[in-house]
Amino acid sequence: MLGIVRQKMLEQSLKKIPPAVSVLRSYSSAAKQMTIRDALNSALDEEMSADSKVFLMGEEVGEYQGAYKITKGLLDKYGPERVLDTPITEAGFTGVAVGAAYYGVKPVVEFMTFNFSMQAIDHIINSAAKTNYMSSGQISVPIVFRGPNGAAAGVGAQHSQCYAAWYASCPGLKVLAPYSSEDARGLLKAAIRDPDPVVFLENELLYGESFPVSDEVLDSSFCLPIGKAKIERKGKDVTIAAYSKMVGYALKAAETLEKDGIDAEVINLRSIRPLDRSMINASVRKTNRLVTVEEAFPQHGVGAEICASIVEESFAYLDAPVERIAGADVPMPYAANLERMAVPQVEDIVRAAKRTCYRSVS
Amino acid sequence: MNSASCAAKISTQPFSLNPTSLTSHDNPLVFPKPTSLFLGSTRKLRLSSSSKLNLHRRSGTVVAVSDVVKQKKSKSTPSLLITKEEGLELYEDMILGRAFEDMCAQMYYRGKMFGFVHLYNGQEAVSTGFIKLLKQQDSVVSTYRDHVHALSKGVPARAVMSELFGKTTGCCRGQGGSMHMFSREHNLLGGFAFIGEGIPVATGAAFTSKYKREILKEADCDHVTLAFFGDGTCNNGQFFECLNMAALWKLPIVFVVENNLWAIGMSHLRATSDPQIYKKGPAFGMPGIHVDGMDVLKVREVAKEAIGRARRGEGPTLVECETYRFRGHSLADPDELRDPAEKAYYAARDPITALKKYLIENSLASEADLKAIDKKIDEVVEDAVDFADESPVPSRSQLLENVFADPKGFGIGPDGRYRCEDPKFTEGTAHV
Repeated sequence: MLGIVRQKMLEQSLKKIPPAVSVLRSYSSAAKQMTIRDALNSALDEEMSADSKVFLMGEEVGEYQGAYKITKGLLDKYGPERVLDTPITEAGFTGVAVGAAYYGVKPVVEFMTFNFSMQAIDHIINSAAKTNYMSSGQISVPIVFRGPNGAAAGVGAQHSQCYAAWYASCPGLKVLAPYSSEDARGLLKAAIRDPDPVVFLENELLYGESFPVSDEVLDSSFCLPIGKAKIERKGKDVTIAAYSKMVGYALKAAETLEKDGIDAEVINLRSIRPLDRSMINASVRKTNRLVTVEEAFPQHGVGAEICASIVEESFAYLDAPVERIAGADVPMPYAANLERMAVPQVEDIVRAAKRTCYRSVS
Repeated sequence: MNSASCAAKISTQPFSLNPTSLTSHDNPLVFPKPTSLFLGSTRKLRLSSSSKLNLHRRSGTVVAVSDVVKQKKSKSTPSLLITKEEGLELYEDMILGRAFEDMCAQMYYRGKMFGFVHLYNGQEAVSTGFIKLLKQQDSVVSTYRDHVHALSKGVPARAVMSELFGKTTGCCRGQGGSMHMFSREHNLLGGFAFIGEGIPVATGAAFTSKYKREILKEADCDHVTLAFFGDGTCNNGQFFECLNMAALWKLPIVFVVENNLWAIGMSHLRATSDPQIYKKGPAFGMPGIHVDGMDVLKVREVAKEAIGRARRGEGPTLVECETYRFRGHSLADPDELRDPAEKAYYAARDPITALKKYLIENSLASEADLKAIDKKIDEVVEDAVDFADESPVPSRSQLLENVFADPKGFGIGPDGRYRCEDPKFTEGTAHV
């Protein structure tokens, strides 16, 4: 019954939302470059300045200027009551932040990596995500949980897991995964202003990368919509859907594919929950082939959900089976060569795209 | 005066301001042999371990809260602790709690209520003693044993009963249930099924109270938070994490331990290396008090001091209330492990009977007054059941409501446009 409802909703939304061309692409010729780190820092700075209810909480966010220097300078600007260094008590301080959010203040909780959020996951799911529902709308939780997610370089199994699928399976949470600086700024600002719990998954290896930003992005009221993906590269032969760092890999794979005459469309998901099913489906209906890319473990992952969505709604449009690229189904090894084998590389994406186009794979 | 040194002064006298008129079970000499009581299946364990520990537990060694209270003690004359109005209010609240829970049991066995139902019979003194001292803006965070906390805080009996029946007129429109009572109006922040989950949430509410006063400059925001939880929770990591943070940041919170000695079938003594929970307060730099939780007047005196401390900005307090639940852990618990002698011992200390005796002996109320209250409460509870029975079940469309505060969960506002396009959403003075 709900499937039919969804089908109808999808039909309606496909009609309503035109094939998305990001308005901002027309500004992308602007020269300014901004790193993700600066993007996040400026977003936090502006939101804290605009609303005194916003405060930061986490390990090393204050005097250490942030474990990855994302919160640099904020302690000096806003003082220790609004930039709180916590003891190492994930479960405790996450619960404290959730309790504070019940009363309308807006905490931004930093996890040093999302691996540590497992110690606090009870509060993220049970006291944050479910509370608006359990209290029947009386108590909303305007909280943001942010931090680096996914594999870094050589940090071993316990520091490398991607949590997008875990959090995205839970109703009541919004899960965002930015790729570029524009994404980082716009989505973080939207997340902080949002009245619901948001899990904001960053990527440590992207922190230092620069991206071009237009003047519109630098404006202090810039916000991106939650739940809307972005087409990073228009194409017509195969759709490649990815999030976070894998978007960069997908774009590189698209360049390689172009030399072989395959015109790939790259979708930057931006929002894992709610997933922009209508845009992905519209793209697949156009190209008829899909490759999903993620760094996380394959089973029950984001790619699996996208695949199911396509099969449910656009099955007749598929010309080839969906290709799902994910990290290896093993805890992340330490050795550099094994680590390289355990995460998707650009060649894997190129090979998968060629498979969907029934080109021979060398 | 630093709280650590004050906490170290252990008084061997029971913490009682008016020893003559209250049913006194503080005096260790009057107390029946500890080994044969309150231990149930752990009797063998008890007899073999040192009885010194036992006596310590039962002798009511107490940590004085502050000099103010010690002064009060020395100056106390055998005057009454409460006025007639207060006495009747306390009595009515406890009777409401008891009658309501008894009715819940009846309704459960008739199939009107389902799932997990945890009843509060026997512990009413703790709820009434603490919550009746709060204002509406103060908040209460509880566990799954939260019906009576909701009632004491002011949630109408009708709303609680409807919620338990799963009807749309319940305090959470049937979406929460027995273990998840929330009320924004009365500042009841739940209702949590996971033990220990409510403690950080309560600490956060207290944090907001301080934040509002100091950062948002809402003058005179002195709201206090009470966190209720049990003996089993005191072995959980989150409890200690929050004692640390609350003392570190001097938050206006009172941690109230309802030590009823049993966590389902696990006796507190089998689960805890040092069963004296109040001692864990001073380890974190806050006072720890032990009080007889079967006596509402004693609880009320301790609560006054602890809540006063929090309101004045002096920081948190840990209060251990020795209490007992007359029924099993939940209505599905056969309750076979507890020694009948232990149950009888505590049944004799029923807080309602004790308060009734106090009121009558001190001529604060007559039998007739109290009977009138009993009758009134019976009617309130009956009315709540009738109301709940007649209320409709939630409509099908309610299933998908309230997942997000943001109506469509897509960052789409009520007018159908993306919120980020709405100038009101993106305005704000950012001086970077």
